[in-house]
Amino acid sequence: MRYARTPAPLVIPTTPAPTTRTGVCARMFREVVFFESLFKGSKWSWLFGWLFHFGMLVALMRHLRYFTEPVWSWVILIQWAGVYAGIAMFLGLAGLWLRRLLVDRIRYISAPSDHLMLALLLAIAGSGLAMKYGEHTDIVSVKAFALGLVRFDWQPLPSDGLLILHLSFVLVLMLIFPFSKLLHAPGVFFSPTRNMRDTPREHRHVAPWANDLPRSGSE
Amino acid sequence: MAKIEFETPALKDWLSTPKVQPDAMAHSKPFVAKPVHQEPLGFPGELVDNWQDVALEKMGDLLGRYRSLQVFMDSCVKCGACTDKCHYYLGTGDPKNMPVARQDLMRKVYRRYFTLAGKWFPKLVGAVELTEEVINDWYSYYHQCSECRRCSVYCPYGIDTAEITMAGREILATIGVGQKYSNEIIGKVHKIGNNLGLPEPALADTLEGLEEEVEEDINVPVKFPLDQKGADVLLVTPSADFFAEPHVDGLIGYAKVFHQAGISWTLSSYASEAANFGIFIGNYENMQKVAERIRQAALDLGVKRIVVGECGHAWRVAYSFWNTLIGPFDFLDPAYPVPQHICEFTNDLLASGGLKIDPEANDDKVVTFHDSCNVSRGSRLGSTPGGQFVIPRNLIRSACNHFVDMAPDTIHEHTFCCGGGGGLLTDDLIELRVKGALPRAQSLQQVIESHGVTHMAAICAICKSQFSKVLPHYGMGMDMIISVHQLIGDALVFDSDH
Repeated sequence: MRYARTPAPLVIPTTPAPTTRTGVCARMFREVVFFESLFKGSKWSWLFGWLFHFGMLVALMRHLRYFTEPVWSWVILIQWAGVYAGIAMFLGLAGLWLRRLLVDRIRYISAPSDHLMLALLLAIAGSGLAMKYGEHTDIVSVKAFALGLVRFDWQPLPSDGLLILHLSFVLVLMLIFPFSKLLHAPGVFFSPTRNMRDTPREHRHVAPWANDLPRSGSE
Repeated sequence: MAKIEFETPALKDWLSTPKVQPDAMAHSKPFVAKPVHQEPLGFPGELVDNWQDVALEKMGDLLGRYRSLQVFMDSCVKCGACTDKCHYYLGTGDPKNMPVARQDLMRKVYRRYFTLAGKWFPKLVGAVELTEEVINDWYSYYHQCSECRRCSVYCPYGIDTAEITMAGREILATIGVGQKYSNEIIGKVHKIGNNLGLPEPALADTLEGLEEEVEEDINVPVKFPLDQKGADVLLVTPSADFFAEPHVDGLIGYAKVFHQAGISWTLSSYASEAANFGIFIGNYENMQKVAERIRQAALDLGVKRIVVGECGHAWRVAYSFWNTLIGPFDFLDPAYPVPQHICEFTNDLLASGGLKIDPEANDDKVVTFHDSCNVSRGSRLGSTPGGQFVIPRNLIRSACNHFVDMAPDTIHEHTFCCGGGGGLLTDDLIELRVKGALPRAQSLQQVIESHGVTHMAAICAICKSQFSKVLPHYGMGMDMIISVHQLIGDALVFDSDH
């Protein structure tokens, strides 16, 4: 991974920063789970962003029932929550898009891909919810198909319009994931302003390339 | 050059976020460095012929050298949390002064040349070629960022625009388009030892004058030693402390503290500068070379400790980078942190009862404190995180009975830059400096009205110079801004038998 290979030649945590590894882990945990910095930055973005991300997480966990047989017991337990999570995800995305369209500053920084990405995610959430509340699909066959994928044993997929749409959108999302800003997911763990300890007086932090520079001093 | 005409933004009852006004500050550009400023720093004298190739090659080089740059180029999701955080956006409304848009000036080029999405679908992801227009934007807007890191506090990925500004400036200098102000100053440090280009005899003369002045004033023989071998402490301070108002009163404050504590100290004529503009232009080699003079001076003078005077970015370089750049400091006394900030030094003395102080001396003042960006968000004071907020306030409260903080969302890690940091403290950028000071002026105005604040103390030479210049634009006195160590110095009580 390129991020891991590239050195961080100077100590640049945004301070106040923790001085211990445990402290850094706690900071990272708050960042990833609670979106701490975003909460400081913008309450609306935080609310919509958090609804979307955790809605998606729980909705995805709910989907595990299609890929496991027998279904794990905790997956059964969260089935009811998964539905609300889908709605939260939808609302979060809608809120984020509204902000992107209505706030002049955020409209200014949006590229076409930023709108398309939201459209795609909304379409995934929307088509999923539509299958739950509108046109039901044959979920027994869906499950047979999904298990077939897991077991390399191809099974027919119900030719339901909504289902095909839902799955196609997911496929597109998975295709563009590695090439798009969705890559922010791993990026946060490598961010030097968040993952470095505030101990520069105690520890030197010389990058390999910096070690090779000539020093004008006494050495 | 014609005098720059502009309107100072009006202070309101609260800080409002301006509407987007495209290109409102597109005209703002600092003077370009001449060959004589560029070449001593290892940069080409003027724009090189194949500048596109050189710029892209340098960008690739920096992407491989700095994880920050690589991660920050990729991670942004355009959430908009930073868009109303930059004092230059708040003061100008120019959308390219929104941190994300400032980053995008480089990110759109990065995408075009370094990512598949940008190579295949440039329009879709907003990727563009590196044209002359882009370079002009870089020169303009990478000199409208004071590298204060306020945006990095609010970014969910910790993206620090300062890192991108530094990379942008380094690429610009590498193709021959450096900034005159910073590069000229770095050249002076390499050649003479300080930003002002003040040679040893002039410095000695100035310090002698200060000794006479202080003795006349308080009848105590406070010394300002220079190049004194064997002193315990080497004091490295921004050279503005030798001359400028109100800085010099801070220097007098340090000297009084040393005198009363009975600790021998010295300044160095070889390393007569704490400031390190190498950080501003993002150039590791120049930053290291500037810092190396201080290590050398400490070795030559045989001191046991290094103490750094009141200066924001200097403290960031000293605290966060020195050990890495010019360490190890195994020749110094391990009982003290290296380097030590003058505020840490004075705070320790206060805690151990080593100073006699009477806050009534400052009863004519109601003081507030301006957290300087580089101390607040790029370094620390003391042994615990957040000490950079506690220690200066502790010093002020010890020396002064009337202290009040500004609004909570404008202090500590949320503090606003003075508007002159990051290599922008130059008269050719005065419009930017005045407008960028709006958020701080706004919160200062509030405590003036609510608490009758008379003075704002700071621990940064750039903040002090900037505020004495721009506060009058907002109808406030230029002498409102003072050094924390001026308050200390004025409150120290010297026994008559001293």
